[in-house]
Amino acid sequence: MKIIVCVKQVPSRDAILRINETGTWIQDRDLAYDVNEPDAYAVEEALQIKEKLGGEVVICSLGPDRVQMAIKEGLSKGADRAIHICDPALDNLDALAQARAMAEVIGKEGFDLIFTGLQSDDYGFAQTGVILGELLGVPSATIAMAVEVQEGEKSVRVKRELEAGWFQWYKLPLPASITIQSGLNQPRYATLKGIMNAKKKEIRKVTLADLSLSRELLTPKQKIERVSFPVKSKKTEIIDGSAKEAAAKLVTKLKQMRVL
Amino acid sequence: MSGILVFAEQREGKLNRVTYEAVLAGQRLSAQMGLSLSVALLGFGVDTIAQELATKKANTIYLVNNEHLQSYTPDGFSLAMRQVIQELQPKYVLLAHTYLVRDFAPKLAASMGKSLIADCVSYKLEEGNLTLVRQIFQGKINADVSIHDSAPILISFQAGAFRGDDVESGSAEVKALSVKLSAEEIRLQPQELFREAKQSVDLTQSKIIVSVGRGIKSQENIAIVEKLATALEADIGASRPICDSGWLPMDRQIGSSGQTVAPKLYLAVGISGAIQHVVGMKNASAIVAINKDANAPIFDIADLGIVGDLFEIVPALVEEIEKAKAEG
Repeated sequence: MKIIVCVKQVPSRDAILRINETGTWIQDRDLAYDVNEPDAYAVEEALQIKEKLGGEVVICSLGPDRVQMAIKEGLSKGADRAIHICDPALDNLDALAQARAMAEVIGKEGFDLIFTGLQSDDYGFAQTGVILGELLGVPSATIAMAVEVQEGEKSVRVKRELEAGWFQWYKLPLPASITIQSGLNQPRYATLKGIMNAKKKEIRKVTLADLSLSRELLTPKQKIERVSFPVKSKKTEIIDGSAKEAAAKLVTKLKQMRVL
Repeated sequence: MSGILVFAEQREGKLNRVTYEAVLAGQRLSAQMGLSLSVALLGFGVDTIAQELATKKANTIYLVNNEHLQSYTPDGFSLAMRQVIQELQPKYVLLAHTYLVRDFAPKLAASMGKSLIADCVSYKLEEGNLTLVRQIFQGKINADVSIHDSAPILISFQAGAFRGDDVESGSAEVKALSVKLSAEEIRLQPQELFREAKQSVDLTQSKIIVSVGRGIKSQENIAIVEKLATALEADIGASRPICDSGWLPMDRQIGSSGQTVAPKLYLAVGISGAIQHVVGMKNASAIVAINKDANAPIFDIADLGIVGDLFEIVPALVEEIEKAKAEG
């Protein structure tokens, strides 16, 4: 079983975001980055399948040099090798354009399964895994809460999360592309041995020159023109003062609300 | 025609009410842009839903009846919808950004070489130019997105972006539209829908909920919030990451994949307020948020907020509540 896991590096969830001077993007100079959360679950799911059935787990990440941190995290946990698609021309495109670059690389690499996180914390497109399936001509299923490779490794059963507590199992022939929901497993920590081993593992770099994509195929069809903090729809009364003062004021309010 | 086409979502013969939000977006855009409005309903034996949709203001409801659309599959729905789009040649295709739409719309768009503008919260129309507003960074920042594409342009709107109750009534004509699908094209085999049986905690009836999020940092710290819940005689709830990590059981989860609650008081501790959580609690009568990030989206919907360190504020709050209770 050969599983490609697409991993994205995103600003840490507790990073305080600021908008740049031109109002076109965030100030990304001193940001802390993490592996996109559902992607970490995708890596774990792939590793568990490999431990059961054998095979290979390949991390694939698109982004600037800093994403090597995210790649190495996957390698340290037990992925076999990685592909780093790295080219400034591929940054900040829309989901379709980026998926086109990834699909070409993954298509040449070959695979039984593609795992992606269900969406990224930054752009939140929630599309890459589905588009990869379409471009590579394989079926896709999203928001997986369980993945079971069937005997003979010809098909996979996926437990999809629907809304309001509903679920549904789907059976897909392999190869397939599946987007992974957070919480379907318990991601492991890298061991010291794993971290040492990772240093010897291959990270193959791919640039735009290695791809046969025309400029037209990479032209984004949607562009962010301006970013801003959301305008508050409700007037929030901010209670200030020290922790003790704020707590006392809040208790007064709770009494007024008759919840105390 | 070159109008607006709205995708109507049904599953197992039931209309998803969020469809009316997309229809309302379509009604507004069609009035502002002078475009016709159609709705496409895909399924098998769903005529009554088409009749229901026909009571809304629109030009035409296209009923796409096909046995291969009885159970939802991304293959069937994207192939069928593509044929509908080719037949009707709409300028815009609007969808509600549900879990079902997320599953097939990116595929549909990619199959036509299009880029779905997903999960938009509003739009701006200036001198005939349409700009979409999307949330990025989990709702912390809004982005104005411009379109650089030819028709059809596919746009999905977040649940709650429009008030479905405001949809205009009227009468639309129902027309059948046939699509060609074969069993071999449907690669996925769906099974029955089900719910996990172990939902033992019912938070929908709670009067007060103290809810905990990622800001709590570790499982040991959950006790801090439990003390607050005890002091307030409240039930404890959580955002998804807390349940994913196993710090609280799954049946404590509030949000799109958990329970939808409407207590008298909802006290959100260390919860940033990502949309997936907010949809499950925004109908609380009063929302109080404690969070260290003043820009956290939870403060967009909170009535009262304290910006600061929950590890200082929550114990102080417990103390003040105990004091108030002792004073009677």
